[in-house]
Amino acid sequence: MPQVEYQSISPADFFYRNREIAGFSNPSRATYTAVRELIENSMDACEVQQVPAEIFLRISEVPDNRNTETKIYVMRVEDNGTGLPAEHIPQAFGQVFYGSKYELKQARGTFGLGGTMAVLYGQITTHKPVQITSSTGGDIHEFVMNIDIQNNRANILKHTVKQNPSGWRGTAIELQMDGDYSRIMYRLIEYLKQTAMVNPYADITYIGPKGRLYKFERGTEKLPPLPVGVKPHPHGVDVEAFRRLISVTKSKNMKTFMMDNFQGVGNKTAERFLELAQISLKARPKMLSPEDILRIVRSTKEYGNFKRPDASCLSPIGEELMETGIKKELGLTDEDYIKVVTRKPSTYLGYPFIVEAAVATGKNVRKMHGSGITTYRFANRIPLLFDESSGVVWKAANKNINWKTYNVESDTSVVVAVHVCSTKIPYKSVGKEFMADQPEVEKEITNAIREAARGVRGFMSRRFRLAREKRRLNIFNKFLPKIAEFSGRLAEKDTPNIEPLLRVVSTDIHEVEKKLEEVPEIVEES
Amino acid sequence: MEKSLTQLGNLIYEQINNQEFPWIHMQSRSTDNILYDTNLRQYVLGPRMIRRHSRNIRHIRPFTQLIWTAWFAKELVTQKKTSTLRETYYSARGQRDIEYTDQQESDNIITDLEVALNRAREDFNIFPAERSAIFGDLTIEYTVPGYEGRRTNLTDHPDGIMIGPAITSSEFIETSADKVLVIEKGAMFNRLVEEKAHEKFNALLIQTAGQSPRSTRAIINRLYTDYNLPIYIFTDADPWGLHIAMVIISGSANAAHLRGLATPDAKWIGVLGSDILNYKLPTEPLTEYDHKRLFELKADPRYKDQFWQDELDILLKIEQKAELEAFSKYGLTYIVDEYLPAKLES
Repeated sequence: MPQVEYQSISPADFFYRNREIAGFSNPSRATYTAVRELIENSMDACEVQQVPAEIFLRISEVPDNRNTETKIYVMRVEDNGTGLPAEHIPQAFGQVFYGSKYELKQARGTFGLGGTMAVLYGQITTHKPVQITSSTGGDIHEFVMNIDIQNNRANILKHTVKQNPSGWRGTAIELQMDGDYSRIMYRLIEYLKQTAMVNPYADITYIGPKGRLYKFERGTEKLPPLPVGVKPHPHGVDVEAFRRLISVTKSKNMKTFMMDNFQGVGNKTAERFLELAQISLKARPKMLSPEDILRIVRSTKEYGNFKRPDASCLSPIGEELMETGIKKELGLTDEDYIKVVTRKPSTYLGYPFIVEAAVATGKNVRKMHGSGITTYRFANRIPLLFDESSGVVWKAANKNINWKTYNVESDTSVVVAVHVCSTKIPYKSVGKEFMADQPEVEKEITNAIREAARGVRGFMSRRFRLAREKRRLNIFNKFLPKIAEFSGRLAEKDTPNIEPLLRVVSTDIHEVEKKLEEVPEIVEES
Repeated sequence: MEKSLTQLGNLIYEQINNQEFPWIHMQSRSTDNILYDTNLRQYVLGPRMIRRHSRNIRHIRPFTQLIWTAWFAKELVTQKKTSTLRETYYSARGQRDIEYTDQQESDNIITDLEVALNRAREDFNIFPAERSAIFGDLTIEYTVPGYEGRRTNLTDHPDGIMIGPAITSSEFIETSADKVLVIEKGAMFNRLVEEKAHEKFNALLIQTAGQSPRSTRAIINRLYTDYNLPIYIFTDADPWGLHIAMVIISGSANAAHLRGLATPDAKWIGVLGSDILNYKLPTEPLTEYDHKRLFELKADPRYKDQFWQDELDILLKIEQKAELEAFSKYGLTYIVDEYLPAKLES
């Protein structure tokens, strides 16, 4: 009989072997994902610091004689965020599942996986170390290091400490990787544009491999309020999470354990819930059997009287900021229609979430997008660019909404942007590219779009009438001179002056415009 | 003519100078304003007036076209040139912002100008395409440029002479004829010329080539009013032939704004429904369309006389129709030798 060998592998090793599930499936996609992960870390760092982000990205090609489709690129990302304390830097970029984000609140990444994966991917494709420079305001620490894949830890090659006379704060990371830029260029720039759209307080500068400069300037210095970390809601906990909580708790009995570790659980709720779960109030958490734990977790789904999950852990962009971002990146003016709606918090499976939706239409929307419905999708302020038609936003915007109700015809140009923020985005895959159609989430998205689209009908008919008035004015401009010319010739005189008549009709159009402004918006629900 | 066109120009000119959107008053040509006048025995326009106003977005284009057409007409009149409906349409095509989408639209504006000026378009030298012809002993004197004072006798050309602007504007000098024979078709007209019907019956021959053009109807009217020549109309025995005769007699709704086109005393002498039976003419059955048309005619005020009602009824009863050529059954000259003399006698 052959011997079966069992061995445990480190998380770093696991992701090395399964890198496609983290979005590093091929050279072009890996280029995109690496940029995305690094930029998102930077954005988070700036928000924690509550400063308007200034992000610098440079991708440069390393010349070599290889005659392959892929090239070696140097990627550099700099931010003005909170900076990393020196002692955390090696783990933050050298260890999978190390991160500051284990607390339950909205953040772009969740487990600190992304940044490290970029480093890991760079290392395995180029064999070059990563260089990280960071300061929290004091000395500047610079690390050159690589990842010990088998042991899931950082391997520091060089650590230098520099003085920081200017008081710089932030992080800069530079790594090399084998990638394919040309195939992903369009998406990458689109990603940056959409990032600028939902982070209107960020200044993003990008220098591409060909030396081209892309600048996405901020439209405001305002930041949305920071989310507050909260305890988990009992609904959203699974067996594994529950086991972990038990392993670290200091609570002596189950009643205090429930009250200490979950949000919205007080004296009464703890007692009633434990009764339902058939667990003694005095039971010691660490003594629970696996059957007990399973019963408790199942009971959380049956118990109907928990408070709604606390939404203070969420940070929606807000109607004003989202409007600013979309207007600036789509080049909208006051002549276009845009409406942003931030819905009230809602929950699915014990996770709080908030949906924000924007609907825009008008001349400038058409210039950029042509006719039809264009969707932009964001999850926790991250643009989602792939698999559009599989996602819930596409479904809501194209299937659930009857656009005819809003006077939108098939040749009208409409932009629908949806932002979902949650402590747990219902992604369909680890690659985090599109959101699943969770019924509660889908319903909220649909309602948000409907609400934002309400004014479209009025806008359309107003625009239609204005266009008609302008056409009317054109008719006078066209025919009156002819009437004057030929009546003059007929009377054997000069051509009479029609300026006074044209003035009469053109004042008419201003009155029409004014009148149209006064027309109340028509509210229509499908 | 020139004066009324200039007047129209002055009217518009003054309105614009007074900072007023120009407009004109004219009789409405809509169907509910076309009435049958039993005294005149023709269609006339009723009392309803419309205002064509350049302030109105729907009026300004036809208004502009009307002014342009007036100018075009004045050019024709002052330069003593003539034109056709079709030419007028194409001249407008050369004018940006005036152009018509089809000739129908252009023809319609010309009719508007007739109504506005209360003059026929022939007066401002716009003629329909020539297709109708006249033959017989009538001496005319041309007035068209280059031919002024020249005379011709209408027997000079055996194919007949086209009724165009030159004939229409000519002076009638003298004729020995004592009647006018109007025929619907060119082929029969040629037969009559060949058989010297004009001599035999002492008649002027006119062929209308289907529904007679207005200039032809004007000439028929002139021959009747100025020379007291009785008019005899000879058409197919079917609703279309009847109506060709009727339009000569009582005018058309389209020309309700004009006088001097209808000749109420003209006589339709055949082919009558009774002739079909009496002469045992070869026939064809009525089509569904013929049927429908016969009933329309029965309801038309111009057909309210018993004579016409009876004629329509005969066709409906026998369910047959016959053409002029049907007489050829008895030989090519039968119609001149037998049928017409009998008809003219009665």
